[in-house]
Amino acid sequence: MPSEIAPPPSDLGSGLLLRARGLHKSFGDNHVLRGVDLDIAPGSVHALIGPSGSGKTTVLRSLNGLESPEAGTLEIGELAIDFSSSRTRAERAALHRASAMVFQQHQLFPHLSVLGNVTIGPLRVQRRSRDEVMTDALALLERVGLREKADAFPSSLSGGQQQRVGIVRALALAPSMLLFDEPTSSLDPELVGEVLAVMTELAQEGWTMAVVTHELGFAREVADQVSFFDEGVVVERGAPERVFGDPQKERTKRFLQRLRGPFGH
Amino acid sequence: MNWQLILDSVGPIALGALTGTIPLTLASFALGLLIAIGMALMRISGSAVLSGIARVYISIIRGTPMLVQLFVIFYGMPQIGIILDPWPSAIIALSLNVGGYAAEIIRAAILSIPKGQWEAGAMIGMSRGQTLVRIVLPQAARVSVPPLSNTFISLVKDTSLTSVILVTELFRIAQRIAAPSGEFLTVYLVAAAVYWVICFVLALGQDSIERRLDRYAV
Ligand SMILES: Nc1ncnc2c1ncn2[C@@H]1O[C@H](COP(=O)(O)OP(=O)(O)O)[C@@H](O)[C@H]1O
Ligand SMILES: [Mg+2]
Repeated sequence: MPSEIAPPPSDLGSGLLLRARGLHKSFGDNHVLRGVDLDIAPGSVHALIGPSGSGKTTVLRSLNGLESPEAGTLEIGELAIDFSSSRTRAERAALHRASAMVFQQHQLFPHLSVLGNVTIGPLRVQRRSRDEVMTDALALLERVGLREKADAFPSSLSGGQQQRVGIVRALALAPSMLLFDEPTSSLDPELVGEVLAVMTELAQEGWTMAVVTHELGFAREVADQVSFFDEGVVVERGAPERVFGDPQKERTKRFLQRLRGPFGH
Repeated sequence: MNWQLILDSVGPIALGALTGTIPLTLASFALGLLIAIGMALMRISGSAVLSGIARVYISIIRGTPMLVQLFVIFYGMPQIGIILDPWPSAIIALSLNVGGYAAEIIRAAILSIPKGQWEAGAMIGMSRGQTLVRIVLPQAARVSVPPLSNTFISLVKDTSLTSVILVTELFRIAQRIAAPSGEFLTVYLVAAAVYWVICFVLALGQDSIERRLDRYAV
């Protein structure tokens, strides 16, 4: 890739880039996360699957600091957080910096051009030099085939293009890992492929990724690990061949059956 | 119709618009917007005290006539030793009013921006303040242009009230021309026409601003 931005080779010494233990989170009396553990090795892709409402989004948001679990610990790269005590401003900033998120509803900034969306973080938060930021941003847009859309506004793009810009915005932050929250589930079916293709390339290039997805094909092909969530806990985890091919838990079997439908394989 | 009087009065009255009404409007609107943004932020700050102060302020401004506010400031304050000239008094009263009315417009506009935009700002590492200034307020500005334009146009007309505290703006000049001539109908119609021209031009400007901002309409 022509850009400076490449997946960083860091890990925790334990062979992990991310290690979360015992995450608990409630909204009112709705106990949404009930002790979630997650291990992600550097350069690996971790798929989070499970029924709607099982807490996948909440986990992902917690990893980026958008949600504050009441208990649990999280290590990402150099950073170690204990959620049971409150976070300092510096810790919150470090959490946001450690990973970058691609949202289900892209959440691009509608008043900024595509280039503006991609460069605002590096310029205004990371205060990197303008030349370098522009060069990187244009190179990243080129990669996803959107170089000629640099000056367009997000509203003029297709859903698939918007989501690719969302991915570039995340990449441009040069995070140590990428978080995807169902990046294709609000897209028209014919636009899903172009987004999954970009994600597959990033995985092959060595990016560490946590991906909430209902695309079982993608999870099977690209993921190294799969965690199956239900009711706020990880019910089953393992390599995709194992979890999909030979699920051990009843809940996993039922979910996979439902997702594949009556005519699935 | 006294055509000669129309010709004679339109010049001074238009000049009154240029040297009185328009600068008074611009200054009061600019100050009023700052007050309004401050009040709107206090309202959504989550602090009961700040939000309470803003509520009381807005309620007083909206619940009392501007004419009375002008009298309190210009004729009342000197009794407690605060003596202000007509212009500062007028600007204070007008900008406090804009602040009271525009605060709710801006608050509603800020609240209309989806929560996901705040989160995207946080995700890329911005503080809440940065996200407010760079992400939320620019989008809120788009939403609030139509209602703020109405506030602005009302303000142009409200400046005529300051004639009662001796500000030499459009309407006070018209009064001064009308009284000795006795031609009240003619002169006040000229004044009305000048106000109408100003507001007509402003409405055109409002359209063009909205079209420009529509570039990124979602
Ligand atoms: N901000 C919130 N306030 C209240 N409840 C929430 C909030 N976010 C998520 N929840 C609840 O938490 C549960 C898990 O949600 P989520 O993490 O989005 O699940 P998933 O992504 O697996 O569908 C759901 O019951 C949802 O209603
Ligand atoms: Mg979700």
